[in-house]
Amino acid sequence: MKVLVPIKRVIDYNVKVRVKADSSNVDLANVKMAINPFCEIAVEEAVRLKEAGTATEVIAVSIGDKSCQEQLRTALALGADRAIQIDTDQNLDSLHVAKLLQKVVEEEQPQLVILGKQSIDSDNNQTGQMLAALTGMAQGTFASAVNIDGEKVNVTREVDGGLQTVALNLPAIVTTDLRLNEPRYASLPNIMKAKRKPLAVKPAADFGIDLAARTTLLKVTPPAERQAGIVVESIDELVEKLKNEAKVIS
Amino acid sequence: MSVLVFAEHDNSQLKADTLKTVAAAQAMGGDIHLLVAGHNCQAVVDAASKVNGVTKVLVADNAAYEHQLAENVSLLVTELAADYDHIVATALTTGKNFMPRVAALLDVAQISDIIAVESSDTFVRPIYAGNAIATVQSLDSKKVITVRPTGFDAVATDGNAEVVALDKVTDAGTSSHVSDELSESERPDLGAAGVVISGGRGMQNGDNFKLLEGIADKLGAAIGASRAAVDAGFVPNDMQVGQTGKIVAPDLYIAVGISGAIQHLAGMKDSKIIVAINKDAEAPIFQVADYGLVADLFDALPELESKL
Ligand SMILES: Cc1cc2nc3c(=O)[nH]c(=O)nc-3n(C[C@H](O)[C@H](O)[C@H](O)COP(=O)(O)OP(=O)(O)OC[C@H]3O[C@@H](n4cnc5c(N)ncnc54)[C@H](O)[C@@H]3O)c2cc1C
Repeated sequence: MKVLVPIKRVIDYNVKVRVKADSSNVDLANVKMAINPFCEIAVEEAVRLKEAGTATEVIAVSIGDKSCQEQLRTALALGADRAIQIDTDQNLDSLHVAKLLQKVVEEEQPQLVILGKQSIDSDNNQTGQMLAALTGMAQGTFASAVNIDGEKVNVTREVDGGLQTVALNLPAIVTTDLRLNEPRYASLPNIMKAKRKPLAVKPAADFGIDLAARTTLLKVTPPAERQAGIVVESIDELVEKLKNEAKVIS
Repeated sequence: MSVLVFAEHDNSQLKADTLKTVAAAQAMGGDIHLLVAGHNCQAVVDAASKVNGVTKVLVADNAAYEHQLAENVSLLVTELAADYDHIVATALTTGKNFMPRVAALLDVAQISDIIAVESSDTFVRPIYAGNAIATVQSLDSKKVITVRPTGFDAVATDGNAEVVALDKVTDAGTSSHVSDELSESERPDLGAAGVVISGGRGMQNGDNFKLLEGIADKLGAAIGASRAAVDAGFVPNDMQVGQTGKIVAPDLYIAVGISGAIQHLAGMKDSKIIVAINKDAEAPIFQVADYGLVADLFDALPELESKL
């Protein structure tokens, strides 16, 4: 079966983002970018399915300008077979992304689409579920285990109370949580090989989807800064402060 | 104008966070109807009918909704949405799971995890793990919104709403529930507790979390953890606090053996008072702590327990 893995280029997770002085957005100039950590877990899961003989082909797709080819090459180095860049320099809502991916799903007919549960920039947690709704597929979100079982896939999900396992008809959508797997590092030979793997570029405008914005970003501001407090010398002092100064314990 | 709020529950109890989501709905304006979708959930319906500000409780009690599978619940909510301007759920795992399906089926954008309501179409939400705060205006005619409960104060529960049973059943037939593996705990919910004490990688193993339990008992606290502690298998996933775990804002948060990565801070930095216990004086957690104690946790925790 074919597995489709949509990935996103985002700020590196170690970087603390800054807000622009004019409050129009965050400042991404000269900031280190990387594949979204949850998307990397999605690629790893798909590659493992291929290594296990369950998947026949792994296709990575990313929506963005030319720079996201870097992350597609990363996915290819991790083991994806080919890549598709849907070219646009527009800032898209998750709904648009899901609609573009829906077209890719129609064309490629994957049995499984694995996405990250959220991207660490917009923190939306929407695209996988939206794609599932648009394609009429079942979804296993926040997955910590994925097991293909004939015509179905069993997905164990991280939920507020613990874990929940659901069985989904295939084709299906899975979104990854942190503990699904630990992604490998790309080896140098695989990075070299990835340069020769196919990467198709398709203009977003060719998909015939209305990409007009559904939301307006009015402003972006820094969060309220916490004042660093004091260092206490002993447990006695800590307990005294919590009782008499902060008044949070009695 | 009217608002449909999805009630978060487990068929036996209405989750307290729903009261905060209703508070957010009040700020959007209009009549508020609360939807209880579940199975054998009469206790939830009773509680829902008492939520202040709610004029009507819609009840979809059917086996198809027992586990609130996203495929089924989203079809139900999408059908009901015709009568509402705002469709609102709490940004917990159930709401996060099905609401984007509703948005896509209605062909509207979703605005996730709001912490404030500016007007009926403009909302405030954290982005980049809370390192930036965005004000976003929806241009769609219907707004699909998930609410971060720590942003709002719960409404009271001395109301008396009308209860209406829905008889239509929407079963997509594409998914089924297999099993649950839920953590049993006598302690308060992480999201609802007034005091939270969390352990990180510095705890070294799951057994050592017992050192937190004695303190949690004395303070009536919930116990949380960093991702590193969960990944290492010290404690289960539902204890993770952070960008991708639970968001908490208790009166008192005690971080023990936690370095203070931005992803962890994203889940707790709105706590009223933060205490950090860490042996490394340079740990970033001290930059957000009101009270920091530079100490070995294996000395500090037993002493703290004895002095409370
Ligand atoms: C996409 C993504 C999402 C993430 N989401 C989350 C999330 O939701 N929540 C989260 O927590 N993390 C999250 N992380 C992980 C995060 O980046 C950090 O790796 C993690 O928070 C570190 O956990 P820690 O502080 O317990 O461990 P460490 O960073 O290893 O810190 C351990 C601390 O314990 C102290 N210590 C050790 N021994 C002792 C002792 N005997 N006494 C006192 N102090 C001691 C050390 O000085 C150190 O400061 C995420 C990461 C990514 C990439």
